[in-house]
Amino acid sequence: MSTGLEITDGAVSDRATTAARIVFFSCALVTVLTTFGIIAVLITGAAPFFREVSVVEFLTGTNWSPLIAPRSFGVLEIVWGTMLIVVGSAALALPVGVLTAIYLSEYASDRLRRVLKPTLEVLAGIPTIVYGFFALSFITPQLQRVFPQTGTFNAAAGAIVVAIMILPMVSSLSEDAMSAVPDHLRHAGYGLGATKFEVSTRVVLPAALSGVLASFVLAISRAIGETMAVALAAGMNPTITLDLLDEIQTMTAYMVQVAISDVSVGSIQYQSLFAVGLTLFVMTLGMNLLSQWIRLRYQEVYD
Amino acid sequence: MAGAGERAEPTGTGTSGDGRASGGDGVFGTDRSLGRKRLYGRLFVGLCFLSTLFGVVALALLLADVVYESWGWLDWTFLTHPPSYFESNYVDGRGAGIYPALVGSIFLIVLTAVFTIFLGVGAAIYLEEYASESRVTRFIEANIANLAAVPSVVYGLLGLALFVRAAGLGSVLLAGALTLTLLILPITIVAAQEAIRAVPDSQRRAAYGVGATKWEVTRDVVLPSAVPGIMTGVILSLARAIGETAPLIMIGAATSMFAPPRLSPEALFEPFGAMPMQIFEWASQPQSAFLNIAAAGSLVLLTVLLVMNATAIYIRNRYDTT
Repeated sequence: MSTGLEITDGAVSDRATTAARIVFFSCALVTVLTTFGIIAVLITGAAPFFREVSVVEFLTGTNWSPLIAPRSFGVLEIVWGTMLIVVGSAALALPVGVLTAIYLSEYASDRLRRVLKPTLEVLAGIPTIVYGFFALSFITPQLQRVFPQTGTFNAAAGAIVVAIMILPMVSSLSEDAMSAVPDHLRHAGYGLGATKFEVSTRVVLPAALSGVLASFVLAISRAIGETMAVALAAGMNPTITLDLLDEIQTMTAYMVQVAISDVSVGSIQYQSLFAVGLTLFVMTLGMNLLSQWIRLRYQEVYD
Repeated sequence: MAGAGERAEPTGTGTSGDGRASGGDGVFGTDRSLGRKRLYGRLFVGLCFLSTLFGVVALALLLADVVYESWGWLDWTFLTHPPSYFESNYVDGRGAGIYPALVGSIFLIVLTAVFTIFLGVGAAIYLEEYASESRVTRFIEANIANLAAVPSVVYGLLGLALFVRAAGLGSVLLAGALTLTLLILPITIVAAQEAIRAVPDSQRRAAYGVGATKWEVTRDVVLPSAVPGIMTGVILSLARAIGETAPLIMIGAATSMFAPPRLSPEALFEPFGAMPMQIFEWASQPQSAFLNIAAAGSLVLLTVLLVMNATAIYIRNRYDTT
C-alpha cells in the first residue's frame, strides 16, 4: 500500500510471501473478530436478562436495585449517575482544555510548548486506579473542608478527577487542530487590523472547530466509560440527584460492584452485567461515530 | 504584519512566552476601542495561561499527594512481602506489602507482550505492506479506530464471556493476558503502522531491485529498520495495560494474592494478582492507614510506569534517525 511497487505483487510471488500474507492477514482479522466478539458477547449475555425484565422497564425505570429485594431494574438511575459525572467533568475539562489548546498553539513559545504539551500528556498515562486514590485521599477531604456536608463518596470528587483525566485529550487534540490552521489565515486577520485575541478566537478557533468538537465528543465518550476512579470516589449508591455532594452510582461502578461480589453465573445480577455493558457500549459507540462524522463533515482541508 | 504570532515566524523562537506579544499595537494608532480590545486580549491570555496551569498543577498535586501519603510506608519490606489484612503488619509487624501483586503484574505484562507483539506487528505489516487500498482495508482501519475507544470495562466483559467462561480457562493469568492483549491491540497496531510507514520506500525499491521477494523485503529490510519504532509503541501500549484495573475486575481476578505466581508453565492456568487490583483492595478498606498503604502501592505502580516510559523514550531517541 505504501510501497508504490504494486507491480511486484504477483510478479514475484513465492510460497513464503503467500504464507506471510495469510499469517499477517489473520493478525489483522483478530481486530475485526474482537468487534464481532464484543457485540456477540453483549447481546447473548443480555438476552436472558431481557427475558426476565422487559426492555421498556429497563430503559424507562428510574429505580435501580438489582441486589436488594424488592428488586428493580430501571437503568435510568445509574445512567443518571453516569450523566452527572459526564456533565460535571465536561463543564470543567472542555473549557479548560480549549483555553489550554489556544495558549499552547497561539501564545506559548516553541520551547514552552515543547515542555508543557508532554507534561499535560503525562496526565493521560496515569492509571485510573491512581486517580481514584487521588480523589479519595485529596479531592474529597478538600471538598469536605469547603462543604462540610460532603460525604466520603460523592459525585463531585468523581467529576473532578474524570475532568483531570480527560483534559489532555481535549487540549492535545484541539491543539493539533489549531496548529493545522495555516498561517495565511492568521496573517489575513492581522492584515485587517485584528488583535491577537480576535485572531485566536474568531479565526483560529472557528477554523479548527471540527477538530475541537471531535475532541469534545471523544473526551465525553471516555468519561462515560471511565470506571475505577468513579467506582472508588463517587460511590455505590444509585440516586437521581442534582446535588454533586451526594453519593451516586454510575453504570461502570455498578459493573464493578457486581464483579467483586459473589453473584453466581446465570443469576439475574450476572446477566444484568451484560445488559448494562451493552447500554454502555451503545452510548460510547454512538459518541465515537459522532466524533468521526463531525471530523469528516466539517473538516476544513487546507492546501 | 504588526504582531503576527509566533507561529508565523519561520524560526518560531525569540518571542516572549508570556503572551503579551499581542497584535494590533501601533498601526492604527490608539483609540478607546483599541485600548479595550487590548485589555480583553490581556485578560484572555491570562485565562488561557491559568487553564494551562490547571493541568500542570493537577499533575503536581497528584504526584505530591501520592508521595506524601506513602511517606514512611514504602520500603524494601513493602516490596518483598505479601499483603495483610492487618494494617499493623505494614509498619512494625511481620512485614507486609505488594510482592505477589508486583510479580503478578510483571508476569501478566510479559505474557501480554508476547501476544501483543505477534498480533500487533503482524496486523500492522499486513495493513502497511500487503493490503491493497480496498474496502476491506478501510473497514479494518475504521474498525481499529473504533475499538480504541471502547471502554476497558467492556473488554473485561468480553474476556469474562470468552476466555473465562466459554473457553473454560477460569480467572487465570492466561485469561487476564489475553483480555489485556485485545484491549491494547488497536493502539499497538497504530503505533507499529507509523513505525513501518517511516521506513523509506527507497530501501524497499533497492531490495526489490536486487530480486528480493515481498516476504524477504518485509523480513530483511522493513522490520529491521522499523524495530525501534515498533518497540517504543509496544512498550507505551504495555504501560497502558499494566495500570488497567477494570478489565481484570470483570474477569474475576483476585484482589489480593498472598503468593506470587510460580515460575512454571502451570502458572498460566492459576489465579494471579496484579498491582492495580491490590491498590483497589487497599483503597476500598475503611481504615485510614490503608489509604497510606494504597499510596505506597500507587507509588510502586507509577515507578514501574516511569521506568517503562523512560525505556520507550530512550529507544526512540537512541535509534531515531530522522
